Amino acid sequence: MSDGKEIILRHIREALRENPAPHPHSSHPHAPQGGGSSEHPQREWLPKVGETLGEQIALFASQSEALKTEFHRCATQQAAREVFSRLAAEGGWKKVATHSTPDTLALLEGCAPSILKTDNGYQIDDLESCDAGVTGCECLVAQTGGIMISAPSAGGRALSVLPPHHIVIARTSQMRPDLTAAFELIQQRYGANGFPSFLSFITGPSRTGDIERILVLGAHGPKRLTVILLEN
Amino acid sequence: MRISLFVPCFVDQLYPQVAWSVVRVLEGLGHQVEFPDGQSCCGQPPFNSGYWDEARVAARATIAAFRDSEVVVGPSGSCVAMIKIFYPQLFAGDPQELEARELAAKTHEFSSFLVNILGVTDVGAKFSGKVTFHDGCHGLRELGVKKEPRALLEKVQGLELLEMAEAETCCGFGGTFAVKFPTISTAMDEVKCSSILETGADVVVSNDSSCLMQIRGMLEKQKSTVRSLHLAEILASR
Amino acid sequence: MTSIVAEFQRLARRYTADRQHRAFIQKGLSGYYQKRDAAKASFQSWEDARDLAAQTKYDAVNHLDQYLMEFTEKIEARGAKVFWASSAKEARDFILRVARENGVRSIIKSKTMTSEEIHLNDALEKEGYGVIESDLGEYIVQLRKEPPYHLVFPAMHLTRAQISELFQKELGSSPTDDPEELTMIARRAMRRKYCEADMGISGANFAVAETGMISITENEGNARLTTSLPRIHVALVGIEKVLPKLENLALFLPMLATAGAGQQMTCYNTMYGGPRQPDEIDGPEQMHIVLLDNRRTELLADAQQRDTLGCIRCGACLNVCPIFKNIGGYSYGTTYQGPIGSVITPHLRGLQEWKHLSSASSLCGACTEACPVKIDLHHHLLQNRRNAARMKAVPAEKISFLAFAWLMSHPPIYRMAVALGRIFEPLHRLVNGTALDPMRAWTKTRALPKLAPDSFHQQWKKHRGGKPS
Repeated sequence: MSDGKEIILRHIREALRENPAPHPHSSHPHAPQGGGSSEHPQREWLPKVGETLGEQIALFASQSEALKTEFHRCATQQAAREVFSRLAAEGGWKKVATHSTPDTLALLEGCAPSILKTDNGYQIDDLESCDAGVTGCECLVAQTGGIMISAPSAGGRALSVLPPHHIVIARTSQMRPDLTAAFELIQQRYGANGFPSFLSFITGPSRTGDIERILVLGAHGPKRLTVILLEN
Repeated sequence: MRISLFVPCFVDQLYPQVAWSVVRVLEGLGHQVEFPDGQSCCGQPPFNSGYWDEARVAARATIAAFRDSEVVVGPSGSCVAMIKIFYPQLFAGDPQELEARELAAKTHEFSSFLVNILGVTDVGAKFSGKVTFHDGCHGLRELGVKKEPRALLEKVQGLELLEMAEAETCCGFGGTFAVKFPTISTAMDEVKCSSILETGADVVVSNDSSCLMQIRGMLEKQKSTVRSLHLAEILASR
Repeated sequence: MTSIVAEFQRLARRYTADRQHRAFIQKGLSGYYQKRDAAKASFQSWEDARDLAAQTKYDAVNHLDQYLMEFTEKIEARGAKVFWASSAKEARDFILRVARENGVRSIIKSKTMTSEEIHLNDALEKEGYGVIESDLGEYIVQLRKEPPYHLVFPAMHLTRAQISELFQKELGSSPTDDPEELTMIARRAMRRKYCEADMGISGANFAVAETGMISITENEGNARLTTSLPRIHVALVGIEKVLPKLENLALFLPMLATAGAGQQMTCYNTMYGGPRQPDEIDGPEQMHIVLLDNRRTELLADAQQRDTLGCIRCGACLNVCPIFKNIGGYSYGTTYQGPIGSVITPHLRGLQEWKHLSSASSLCGACTEACPVKIDLHHHLLQNRRNAARMKAVPAEKISFLAFAWLMSHPPIYRMAVALGRIFEPLHRLVNGTALDPMRAWTKTRALPKLAPDSFHQQWKKHRGGKPS
């Protein structure tokens, strides 16, 4: 195996020995080698995001709704539970899956469907037959109207994507302005002790444009995404 | 100003009236126009086919023809682009590299020269009719010419400018491409002509005669009544 | 070798003649243009974002060895295995070995053009492995036994009626002309496959060096399912996919979505940094990264065209190319279509055999304008033409251009030659458009311009007294 590595690295080094031409189209000088990550140059060009929490929540609301995410802002756990019950009744849900966090458990307290807890693993067929999956998240991204999850914060990889309805329960303190801030959060939280094997930005319910480039929701992932935002 | 006229080979042979229109407009603005005798072809055909040595031979004659010129103006986006953008590449490392760069620096496409160098948009032209403008790709993307023709057309008395949906889409000429890949070239020509006809314009105008040759060729084949004219011809109309 | 060109001409002729097909493709793309323009407009500066993206890829490609080593070290530290494959064959053989050694029976795949490039599915199927394409577009063309039509939208050439017929025939479903119902049919068919597959094969859009992660961009969720449930995950990654830092994704994910699909972000953008970790609930037990060279290092060695390795496979160049729009994806006859395909295929598969793709272009430059990482695509096509002529000139062309050059550097003789040509013009009118017409390539579909009675040169001499300066 190291043979293949040495061969390719050798080919690369030989190829690069030829001087690279200065970048043809850039009005900027040569890219700095290993640019400092504290700089965030992309923030200058990507869409602007307001600085206050209020602005960010408003942006998140409009962005996520444009993507057909169902966004609910709830002042109390009770209000959140009511949202869940409504969804469960509408959908005639028999079984929902979740991982155990204080907020997911609080949301599902006393709910009608039976609960599959995935904390110690699960049978694939069990998870597959659930009507919904309830998870937490790492953060919400105002700029895109999406959320960021990880294996630890969302009960693994499949819980948020296999059941046909994904419900996210989050706190306002988890709001972040943009993708750069989301990556900063991940670096701060996991950089020292090891990243999880799975991180994902979820920006709306699953969709496809593969048939005549017409948008259809619910291709393979969840057809519906509900984000419940609880006040801190 | 003493302006040297750069007349692309097919304008010379097929559409001399375009060159005369340029002369008329520039002289009408009070400038002296001269026509250096030694010019023949900028060298684009061999260059585009990958025969750069042969292209350089033709290009050397062009460099020589304009050696004493102060400023060079040509009514063709593709030929001016050949000089401005590609001569420096063609002559990179050649003894004549500096001369090539000097020629590149002093050569201008006609509409760009009027608007950006002379600072003129109203040349006193009169032309009645509905006109749509086709952006020749070399002028548009190699030279950045987009607003200049429109600024000039806007000032033409009696002219109504209608934008076509596919103004920036290639007409399909592409030099030897037009005869090497005629079915593709024709398909692109169809898309362009269709877009022209959709505007309801009487005339299609461009700043590149090679594009006009391609467009005109199809419109005539389709027996369309839509005429095609070079921008210079419109600007020279009174 | 001539048969590749002849096949190209044949297919180009066939698809350009199909006006209905061309109109259908144009219609699909016009929706994309609107969304793309809206997404671009939401950037504070799309052009500056392009500059930054180009610089980032410039850095990545020009320090490729360094970043690949960093990527490998970081992802191996979390238990992934990295296999470096110099050739398509090495990559295929490795993946087969993994399947064999692990008693794999069913394989599910998410979309990866790199697997098309190395003809992986054929190799797996020959060994008796069932391979299911989970991406809807790929699934459709797989059922039709066709290659992908477009590198991002594999089935964009098919109408819903054709897809319905396909599903009726292959899946026994009921006819429908509703795209949503068709999607649901595919979704249902795929569900069991995700749950039962032992091995999931994916590609990667990016490989982040700093943190040792691959990043996969999708809308459907099929890649997430492919990489969550099966016990083995194999990711096929071209060596050029590297990005230096995790936060580079904050720029590239929106740019890929914008240029590729006219979206601000695609639905799922997932970073995978290894197999299931000890404290994680689920995920594959094994993760294998297959880093693929397959002549990318040759592209790298061409300093003038090295920027092509910055390609993020967004497909934007295809979407704006008038050639692609009129000849369709199949005419190219190779894995990567459109402008990027025409530029890199000679490097990946041979210059003399594939130079015709670089000639089949009017060099309009729309591709270069569209590219989010500012690859100088149309100039690279010119360079390919030059490289091909230098390597092996076409005798007829060489001779005619030598004659041309000589003529043009002797203007009086050139002018005499054209004056003579005027004599032949009435003769030409006799054969115009017929099989005897030497200009038939033009005159078959377009009127030929007439030579002016006098050239401008002659007129200037006459009216301005022959003193040119």
